[in-house]
Amino acid sequence: MTKFTRRTMLKIGGAAATLPLIGSRAFAQKDKVRAAFVLIGTPDDNGWNFGHDQGRLAMIEAIGADKVETTVVTNVAEGPDSERVFRELAQQGHDIIYATSFGFGDYAHKVAKQFPEVKFEWATGNSTAPNLSLYNAKFHEGRAVIGTVAGMMTKTNIGAYIGSFPIPEVRMGINAFQIAARKVNPDFVTKVVYVDSWFDPAKEADAARALIDQGVDVITQHTDGPAALQVAEERGIVGGFGQGADMSAFAPNAHLTAIIDNWAPHYTKSVQSVLDGTWAESSVWDGIASGEVMIGDYNAKVPADVVAAADAVKNAIADGSLHPFAGPISDNQGTVRVEEGDIIDDGEFWGVDWYAEGVEA
Amino acid sequence: MSVELMIAIFITLVGASTPILLAALGELVVEKSGVLNLGVEGMMLTGAVVGFAVTYNTGSPWLGILAAGFAGAAASLIFGFLTLSLSSNQVATGLALTIFGTGFSALFGQPYTGKPLQLFKSIFPVELATHPFLKVIFGYSPLVYFSLFMVFAVWWFLQKTRAGLILRAVGESDLSAHSIGYSVIGVRYAAVAFGGAMAGIGGVCFPLLLTPQWVERLTSGRGWIALALVVFAAWRPFRLLAGAYLFGLIATMELYAKAAGGPFRIIPSEVWASLPYLATILVLVLISLRRDGSASAPACLGRPFVPSN
Repeated sequence: MTKFTRRTMLKIGGAAATLPLIGSRAFAQKDKVRAAFVLIGTPDDNGWNFGHDQGRLAMIEAIGADKVETTVVTNVAEGPDSERVFRELAQQGHDIIYATSFGFGDYAHKVAKQFPEVKFEWATGNSTAPNLSLYNAKFHEGRAVIGTVAGMMTKTNIGAYIGSFPIPEVRMGINAFQIAARKVNPDFVTKVVYVDSWFDPAKEADAARALIDQGVDVITQHTDGPAALQVAEERGIVGGFGQGADMSAFAPNAHLTAIIDNWAPHYTKSVQSVLDGTWAESSVWDGIASGEVMIGDYNAKVPADVVAAADAVKNAIADGSLHPFAGPISDNQGTVRVEEGDIIDDGEFWGVDWYAEGVEA
Repeated sequence: MSVELMIAIFITLVGASTPILLAALGELVVEKSGVLNLGVEGMMLTGAVVGFAVTYNTGSPWLGILAAGFAGAAASLIFGFLTLSLSSNQVATGLALTIFGTGFSALFGQPYTGKPLQLFKSIFPVELATHPFLKVIFGYSPLVYFSLFMVFAVWWFLQKTRAGLILRAVGESDLSAHSIGYSVIGVRYAAVAFGGAMAGIGGVCFPLLLTPQWVERLTSGRGWIALALVVFAAWRPFRLLAGAYLFGLIATMELYAKAAGGPFRIIPSEVWASLPYLATILVLVLISLRRDGSASAPACLGRPFVPSN
């Protein structure tokens, strides 16, 4: 029996310490990738987290279960708790860790610095590092499509938008919705209510009640579940839209169409690049054109001319002939923010702190 | 503000308050018996998921409510066994019950996620329930009327019945109650089971009254508000009712004010969000100013009872 003395332990430790040096070159091309997905909620929310999990499953399908092994950590709060989760996953030897919520960013960055050989990807984030990439989807492109539907179908000319937090991405979703709706209906206004949470179904439902009581007849939301749609169904208003996934099961009459997140192409590309050893720091922001943002089926009650108009917007965004934020755009205080012929480009997008004309927020 | 809008706000606030009111009423009785059960959130989630499952499978919200009550009671009896029979620490065990309930409901609820449910409709004729003015009286889910009945029932039980007197005696002085022959542990078991049943029914209000779906952590922390409300109400049922509706009013006004726009928008949402806490602090200060002790916690609250014979 080998005796473990301090000396032998040191020897073993010394030998082990050199392993990563050899390993990183010898195994640049991997046989199997271990990927971890850190979710703020659970895959069964029928929204944001569901979308990421569907992307993960499609990615496994595409890459092959023999080449990728995934870990999913659910219900991770955006705070110091998430740092612990990232560190744990990195220590367990995951090759790539997907942080799928904005609030994970600072903690992912911190852990990425400590584990330079582990790759991180931060969804909806805003800063990269050598081993931390960003990926996001241009949901606002989808919101321009549903804004068109809302503008044409409303009878009261008041739409509603239940937001989570007034961050640029949510704001720009509201702007995209309102700008597109006003193109087809010059009287359209959007009432905004923030619920200060990504996930509180009861509060989302009460917010929907508050909005409908004040004359809203089309409602959309930037939170993670179908609560607002269910209230729309119950009250029998014109309708609402699925967010992140098709939610028609919850509101067969009120569900007009949905913006569907499709993360499958990105996750497949990303994991494949880890397998090939070609993964590099990057910032990916795809939309309708690449299939990352999709529009769901239309409810039978949506008239053919509305479907045609919405599809025209979708196709024009896909082929690049229409930009959701092409000028002229005024804000709701009357100031011109984007001149005729200009657009809000991807860089400016993240600094927007105003609302488009007709937004009541 | 139009009368119709005020009615709408009132109806929404009653809905938002009801699950908290039910859970808090149960906890009030538990605390009156001298037991502190911090597992309200877990029991609510347990009731919510079991009630959802039964309603979904049987099509009967009544059976769902019954099952939610039993499920909440079953969860609380685990807590009861640990704290009353084994004298474990009530605070730690209650927190463990919340964690257990959260995990259990997530596991048990797996097959029900993404399944829509119907809201529990009014029991009154549609004409009454949707009449512009009469709906203030008739326009609620049966769960709302049940919660109001229970406020009265709990008050009547605690103040007017012999059993209620014994329960309060057990909470104020377990040794005295024990020495004159009452079963302290038995009374506390009954109170804990009742508290669990009420929390379970409070939980099932989420899918049956507020948002007809099951998702993990559906209650979003409202069990903790229920706990705070018991203190806010100084262990009195009617003050609990007022407190629950006040909390509901603040939460609902925030949403209506944001939707209304105009002058309401001047008040930042952070102010709205902090109002319940400011109100709690104010009430606690007012209670502490009253020196007669009429509004203080039951003397034996949270203390394990171990008969020393």
